[in-house]
Amino acid sequence: MQATETTSPALIEADRLMVVCNSCRYCEGICAVFPAMEMRRSFTAADLRYFANLCHGCGACYDDCQFSPPHEFNVNVPKVMAQVRAESYAHYAWPRAAAKIFEHNGLAVALTAALGVAAFVAGFVAWTDPSVLFGTHTGPGAFYRLMPHNAMVLLFGAAFSYALLALAMGLRNFWRDGKGAEAAAYAAAGHDAATLRYLDGGGAGCQDGDGAESDNRRLFHHLTLYGFLLCLASTTTATLYHYVLGREAPYPWYDVPVVLGTLGGLGLLVGPIGLMREKAKRDPATKATGLVGMETAFVAMLFLTSLSGLALLVLRETPAMGLLLAFHLGVVFALFLTLPYGKFVHGLYRYLALVRYAQERKSGP
Amino acid sequence: MTDPSERMYDALIVGGGNAAMCAAISARRGGASVLVLEAAPKFYRGGNTRHTRNMRCAHDSATETLTGPYTEAEFWTDLHQVTGGQTDEELAKHMIAESKEMLGWIVEQGVRFQPSLGGTLSLGRTNSFFLGGGRAMLNALYRTAESLGVEVLYDAEVVGADIRDGMFLAASVKRGSKIKRIRAKTLVAAAGGFEANIDWLKQYWGDPADNFLIRGTPYNRGTVLRILLDAGAHPIGDPTQCHAVAIDARAPKFDGGIITRLDCVVFGIVVNKHAQRFDDEGADFWPKRYAVWGRLVAAQPDQIAYIVFDKSASTLFMPSLFPAIEGQTIAELAAKLGLDTAALEQTVARFNAAVRPGTFDSTVLDDCRTEGLVPPKSHWARALATPPFYAYPVRPGITFTYLGTKVDKTARILMQDGKPSANMFAAGEIMAGNVLGKGYAAGIGMTIGSVFGRIAGREAAKRASN
Repeated sequence: MQATETTSPALIEADRLMVVCNSCRYCEGICAVFPAMEMRRSFTAADLRYFANLCHGCGACYDDCQFSPPHEFNVNVPKVMAQVRAESYAHYAWPRAAAKIFEHNGLAVALTAALGVAAFVAGFVAWTDPSVLFGTHTGPGAFYRLMPHNAMVLLFGAAFSYALLALAMGLRNFWRDGKGAEAAAYAAAGHDAATLRYLDGGGAGCQDGDGAESDNRRLFHHLTLYGFLLCLASTTTATLYHYVLGREAPYPWYDVPVVLGTLGGLGLLVGPIGLMREKAKRDPATKATGLVGMETAFVAMLFLTSLSGLALLVLRETPAMGLLLAFHLGVVFALFLTLPYGKFVHGLYRYLALVRYAQERKSGP
Repeated sequence: MTDPSERMYDALIVGGGNAAMCAAISARRGGASVLVLEAAPKFYRGGNTRHTRNMRCAHDSATETLTGPYTEAEFWTDLHQVTGGQTDEELAKHMIAESKEMLGWIVEQGVRFQPSLGGTLSLGRTNSFFLGGGRAMLNALYRTAESLGVEVLYDAEVVGADIRDGMFLAASVKRGSKIKRIRAKTLVAAAGGFEANIDWLKQYWGDPADNFLIRGTPYNRGTVLRILLDAGAHPIGDPTQCHAVAIDARAPKFDGGIITRLDCVVFGIVVNKHAQRFDDEGADFWPKRYAVWGRLVAAQPDQIAYIVFDKSASTLFMPSLFPAIEGQTIAELAAKLGLDTAALEQTVARFNAAVRPGTFDSTVLDDCRTEGLVPPKSHWARALATPPFYAYPVRPGITFTYLGTKVDKTARILMQDGKPSANMFAAGEIMAGNVLGKGYAAGIGMTIGSVFGRIAGREAAKRASN
């Protein structure tokens, strides 16, 4: 490890483990972490952060390892990689000062969400009057009787743009630790990311304690990821409807944005619950400590976004619409603002790590 | 589980490694009630299988994970060569024939294979590598066995047995401070060798055995082997033979496993504690000399030696657990190793002077060799000239012992009078000496274990139902 770099106990331990693993290599068929490691004989902090973001924490290498605790070599790759991974999110965060948010991410998300919801309720009231908030609104433009469309666009545009900027800067910081890659590497990594290739424990699924394997975690992650993407597609379509076709929300249930949103929403209901359940079932020995807030807050926000969105769909023609809309928008607003400082970034860094891996396989580190 | 001491099992399997679990599964599939007694706690279950990574099976064509065919004839040639003919030909050929079926059978039990590992590509055609290694293989076998209804007791050491005229009646099993008697219609002994029993090793090796490191489990103490031999089982195998390689002297006394091996002997010189060379480091490729250097180091004073090389060789071999000891000069290195400076400098100088120019190629038996040096270095000889200089201290690392019980083709234990035992079978290291009189080739231990384990379990089930 480079002496000039700031190191943490987790990085020092990860370095020790990679020396052990590199002299064993029994796990090289399990995921990308080990072949990436084998391309080196020593490891910089940047290398270790890269490995950590290649690790999906499936636990297979822990169950298979003859040196895992209680063996004196105490090899626990999933746990240590989870710690390094979490630290890497903070390490690459932009702006620098925001890195600390990761430490108390659960609290930050909860506060932002609460404030977001409160702000939208208060905003609706201030914009119109309390009777409008609790009134019944139907037909195109119903939502905008609570808040003008331009105001919504301004608010969400600002929040979303900030999130994109912060995420892009974080990605840039991460990428600077590697080298450039060719288009083929991006494509290969896209395939690996889209299929969660390395979340299968080398073929039989995740390990959930006591050596039992299942593929449930991958299934629930797919539901969550693709649910999220469908919701994003729904929003994009709706935006096109509004500006290109001049059609105002809400749209009928059979229209594209609603269908996409509903399907995505269902994925975001089932996926997050399943992920939390799978997490609870996993061998506690392989989990990093102190990351519960960050790991649960993002998933909980996705769940709440979906729950409030679907409730809005069902109850949009009742007097509950105003409050539900305020709640939904508040949660989405908070989700956007906190995206760069929570678990969401794992997807982006993991993707870039896969790109780097695809490139290294071709041309070496 | 009802109290095991109140039941009569069809098959009692002693041991918990590959051979034991193959026996347990095959006995259970044969309709037997099966109890497995593993002396180790759950984490350490599986004996040396924990540290293995592949098995050598004959096969007629390439597979998803094997690069080409490996015929029975070729397997036999290899086995005959490594053992120098010290093998029971009939039994060995039977095992090789049966090994063809093992590749499919073991996969049916949930074990998964992968292409050969980086650094072991020379085995890609002959050996099947377990995905995730030996412990992953064990996990799969235990899962399958338990799902079939095989009972497993951990921390259950067999300390005695009631054996009359070659007939097994019951075992005395120590669990915690209690000893219980467990009865069964048949016994499958699959409890490994005695390599972790230093006192026993000393009977053959004397005090040097104190300096041996045991590469695998500390639970292979040979208790069951002793019981069987005392009960009249016919011994087989040279008791002084063991699979011994040179491993990093800084490795733990037990269970250091694969990561303490050093495959850089061929790229440097090896000196003893007097800084003198004692064998040809470049006689052949590392894998073929792997099991030779343990024995060579064991014969040196204090059973210690040092592999010395320079910067030009530092990345030619697999990384290992402990960092190499480093010095900018040979003198500095000697001081760090506690060797006589002048002696090491002289040894290196004499070696360097004897090196003849050649074209270095680590992938073939190249023409880089010494001239007029005793002992010579026949290949890959290059002057140690580029600082920094490095060294690894090495000691003999014992993997397993060869003394065992004689068996027949049905894995039944043969007694001293030549007759087969009525109901005792053996599989794995405890009978490996039948086919492996000396020497070793990668993956054969697993072949012996799974082939004879499967046979032993099947035959035990048959015997129990009679």
